Amino acid sequence: MSDNGTVAAATWEQVELARHPDRPYALDYVHAIFNNFLELHGDRVFGDDHAIIGGPASLDSKTIMVIAQQKGRTTSERAMRNFGMANPEGYRKALRLVRQAERFKFPIVAFVDTSGAFPGAGAEERGIAWAIAENLVALSAARIPILTLVIGEGGSGGALGIGVGDRLLMMEHSIYSVAMPEACASILWRDIARKVEAAEALKLTAADLKRLGLADEIIPEPPGGAQNDYGLAADAAAAALRRHLKNLESIDTERLVEERYQRYRRIGATA
Amino acid sequence: MLVEPGSFHEEDQAITATDVLGFTDSQPYTRRIEQSRASTGANEAVTWGEAMLAGHRLVLVALDFAFMGGSMGAATGEKITNGIERATQGRLPLLIISASGGARMQEGMLSLMQLAKTSAALGRLAAAGVPYISLLTDPTMGGVTASFASLGDVIVAEPGAMIGFAGARVIQQATYETLPDGFQTAEFLLAHGMIDLVVPRAELPAVLRQLLDLYAPNGAGPELQLQRPIQTAAPAPAATR
Repeated sequence: MSDNGTVAAATWEQVELARHPDRPYALDYVHAIFNNFLELHGDRVFGDDHAIIGGPASLDSKTIMVIAQQKGRTTSERAMRNFGMANPEGYRKALRLVRQAERFKFPIVAFVDTSGAFPGAGAEERGIAWAIAENLVALSAARIPILTLVIGEGGSGGALGIGVGDRLLMMEHSIYSVAMPEACASILWRDIARKVEAAEALKLTAADLKRLGLADEIIPEPPGGAQNDYGLAADAAAAALRRHLKNLESIDTERLVEERYQRYRRIGATA
Repeated sequence: MLVEPGSFHEEDQAITATDVLGFTDSQPYTRRIEQSRASTGANEAVTWGEAMLAGHRLVLVALDFAFMGGSMGAATGEKITNGIERATQGRLPLLIISASGGARMQEGMLSLMQLAKTSAALGRLAAAGVPYISLLTDPTMGGVTASFASLGDVIVAEPGAMIGFAGARVIQQATYETLPDGFQTAEFLLAHGMIDLVVPRAELPAVLRQLLDLYAPNGAGPELQLQRPIQTAAPAPAATR
């Protein structure tokens, strides 16, 4: 244990903070940062998914399209929101909002907070992988600025399904991972109990992502974590969102889209 | 081999995985890479290049399940993206043959981001009007299904191939659901509208020829006579919910 064990324990603390039940969720940020948020509903195909929400809202008298993964606070809300794990309908609703944002030239702000897309038989039958893949294409080519803010858990393809954009911001105690540590431990060690080691090995903290060049900015949280002061956390997030939006809106659309393509193109490039 | 003998010219043969994160599970990632390289003779879980198939020049990208379960790391994603971009630039039809367990855990977020990278490249291929045939073999799961594998203009799968996002074991652990017979098989996906064709390997050359003829620039042309209609598996009865 010793050194490695200490590091792993510190990483696990970050995982627990990112999942803290009192942590502000997407709607807490949305209501604190924006005015006039109007939630739109439904994917126009099958249903309305409450694990992904979205709609137009105003920020400094301009309209922004908000897309967010929303966890529930109470037992009944957790059930209603499926613990923040979206079905295909959530991703297809998000796609509808991306298209709408493009049509009306609304910048997109996406709040990521999910342990992953819902692993269910119905989700597979209705093409969860297809829905996510379509979003990756649409977001990578959308002709409007896109800011992604990870507020809690960024879990796998389920997070990426609303998470492709021009800038990736992460709250200080948020995490983002190719798979949740439990899933990774189950796959690689065939033992969920190895989740602490898995969490450390995956390099999933905001600081890790910044170091890897994947996250652009870490937004500081109040001492002990965002759950201790929603106002301070939201103010810090709002300031960062305003600054990045202003910067992105000054970039010509062709260049913006090309730079977004290159942003992903160079991850893992060997040349 | 599907392509005309001697027509395949492999690219990026030297590109190989690197252990950026210093990842160790039951053994170091570097050792896993060495073992896969030794057992497969390849440097990565994907091979790509230009080839001729049924008189059409195309870009062929093939994943190899024997190399770390066909998992997608950064080098895998890089080679796939290079193939897609070659197809876009050369206006060559693209055929990707998938076989993968999904993202490669040992490369963490660098692996996950390959989903975005390959999908973005396919968005440009589609915008350029270049056709993409996705061939799904057993198994095609996880992040590979949630990116390039499901983005084909035409999606073909081999009979009985397991195709999906979350694995059956994960779904059962999460939901305690009883999974329907044939869950996540190619035939199941055909019945649910997720793929176009289920084609046995022996019939693949004929089907690919027909697809390449039909999707060639300006279409098949008036002279083309199809030898016989494309064979597809009999659709399973529509699922009742």
